[in-house]
Amino acid sequence: MDNENTPPPEAETSAAEDAYWRENIRLLVILMAIWFACSFGCGILLRDWLDQFMLGGYPLGFWFAQQGSIYIFMALIFYYVVKMKKIERKYDLDD
Amino acid sequence: METQTLIYLFVGVSFALYIGIAIWSRAGSTKEFYVAGGGVNPVVNGMATAADWMSAASFISMAGLIAFLGYDGSVYLMGWTGGYVMLALLLAPYLRKFGQFTVPDFIGTRYYSKAARVVAVICLIFISFTYIAGQMRGVGIVFSRFLDVPIFWGVIIGMGIVFIYAVLGGMKGITYTQVAQYCVLIFAYMVPAFFISYLVTGNPIPQLGLGSTVNDGSGMYVLETLDRVLVDLGFGPYTDGSKSMIDVFCITMALMVGTAGLPHVIVRFFTVPKASDARKSAGWALVFIALLYTTAPAVGAFARLNFVDTVNEQTYADAPDWFKNWEANDLIAFYDKNEDGVMQYRDGNAIIGAPVYAETSAAAGQRAVDNEPDMASENEVYVDRDIMVLANPEIANLPGWVIALVAAGGLAAALSTAAGLLLVISSSVSHDLLKSTFRPNISEKGELLAARLAATAAIFVAGYLGIYPPGWVAQVVAFAFGLAAASLFPAIFMGIFSKSMNKEGAIAGMVSGLAFTFIYIFYFKLANPEANVAENWLLGISPEGIGVIGMLINFAIAIAVSKVTASPPVEVRKLVDSIRVPRGAGDAHAH
Repeated sequence: MDNENTPPPEAETSAAEDAYWRENIRLLVILMAIWFACSFGCGILLRDWLDQFMLGGYPLGFWFAQQGSIYIFMALIFYYVVKMKKIERKYDLDD
Repeated sequence: METQTLIYLFVGVSFALYIGIAIWSRAGSTKEFYVAGGGVNPVVNGMATAADWMSAASFISMAGLIAFLGYDGSVYLMGWTGGYVMLALLLAPYLRKFGQFTVPDFIGTRYYSKAARVVAVICLIFISFTYIAGQMRGVGIVFSRFLDVPIFWGVIIGMGIVFIYAVLGGMKGITYTQVAQYCVLIFAYMVPAFFISYLVTGNPIPQLGLGSTVNDGSGMYVLETLDRVLVDLGFGPYTDGSKSMIDVFCITMALMVGTAGLPHVIVRFFTVPKASDARKSAGWALVFIALLYTTAPAVGAFARLNFVDTVNEQTYADAPDWFKNWEANDLIAFYDKNEDGVMQYRDGNAIIGAPVYAETSAAAGQRAVDNEPDMASENEVYVDRDIMVLANPEIANLPGWVIALVAAGGLAAALSTAAGLLLVISSSVSHDLLKSTFRPNISEKGELLAARLAATAAIFVAGYLGIYPPGWVAQVVAFAFGLAAASLFPAIFMGIFSKSMNKEGAIAGMVSGLAFTFIYIFYFKLANPEANVAENWLLGISPEGIGVIGMLINFAIAIAVSKVTASPPVEVRKLVDSIRVPRGAGDAHAH
């Protein structure tokens, strides 16, 4: 999101902070892509196609929309919690 | 013991518990009043957030909505949980690192502007009051059904309880009462859900039961049975919705982003000790919420199946007791179109409009209604969707103590949300309007008094809206989410992720997103409700989903305006740098 056209007037952040932020953004983009894919993707856009497969008594697209997305959301947040702790320790920026 | 006695007992004990907690944890400083002192354990905070978030609507209405909407109900399930991913990844840890007390605080400081702060306060107050009016109404309805008092007294009792713990305890009092309320509400929701899942499928876990076979020896799955039964009666299949894909997409997105931008949810993440705890806490909040949200679709489906089974083609004379109880409470009506004394439940309306009951009885003994029948349909049963959760224990023939438990749970859900909303309103008035804008020299004691007075005033306004609900309340729930999505979320998001976003951009974005969304919802919901059909909507997006377009407008205008105006000052860039790294979050609260 940073606007690359207007470089900051002076170096405002340390190299460690910059690297930390870049790694954070990369992780964010990956996790938000999964977030989008399972809810909006499988639960809405691909639902009709997925409904031809069954998961027990659930048509698969319906399962994603009413159960699966929620489980995946929880997993995403806890993965982020653990991963960020590691990244923070790596750059010595943890709280 | 009689069910009614049990209800008084359960509700009385749970209220005594909330008040006891409020007295034990009352706030002594503004920091305790606004953010509970900032030392709440992330798991505890997750539980409090879940109670804060799950309102009377989640507890009472959601399963009923899903029961009648089928697949379309997914918008609420994904929308109201997916927002927590955005909160945990995009907002909560940074706002916690910023370390102030309110959402307008962040917007005012990050955009170095009193005007931005005031715009944020206006959005926040509008969103919160829209929401709270519905909560107080919910309190009144649950009270009148279960405690057998008029709605007026139900609302007054609710106001009294909230007054004690929100005004005395502030955020600190609310946090610990909400933990107790979460335990009450989730227990109350799960017990009947286990029973009904076991009765219908033989599997007591509702999440698995919904994917299992029905217990009637047919070997068919629940959803398969429901699809077939409903299609036979002229409804659409349960696993298929009737909304267009773009509308489902936009409503889900608006609810997600709105959830992430709702001030009473965001402010809960200011109360944990560290930035990393804010992430953890959002995760726990979602776990506690998901327990109810993955159960609700099962409850909805089972209840719908049971409803059809026990009502359709049943003579009124032999109708189950719960049917007559809810008929007596104005939520069910039977209009015998073909005069055979048997209830035909089909797609379409039984009568035109909401039932207006006459004092007399009709031929088969049911309550007569003055409404015209809707002859376009063979349906003879009017049923209010809200009864699905409340009537569930009765439909499944559960003992009186379960019914008493559900009463206590419904009240816990409504009271906890009302209290959370009252608190963000009062902190915004005392902290953002008084302390930071108009009376910067106010003492800590004066600010605390102002916060308590503002909370008191907000309770009276909310109570009034609960007792005399203006017709627009039910119409404008979409406002709360749409406006949060179109105004607060983009301003906070860009404040964290773009260092070049300046005050001109943020204010222009918030005002234009807000104005667009407000006008669209106002036009279709209030000014010209007859025009509220898919053909007239912009790109086929209903007023419920339009906040997404408002959000995109907000982003586009903000970015365009920020390109042609001065960059933010160096201090602000430094502020953004500092909120991006978690180190030092503990100190941030020191100022």
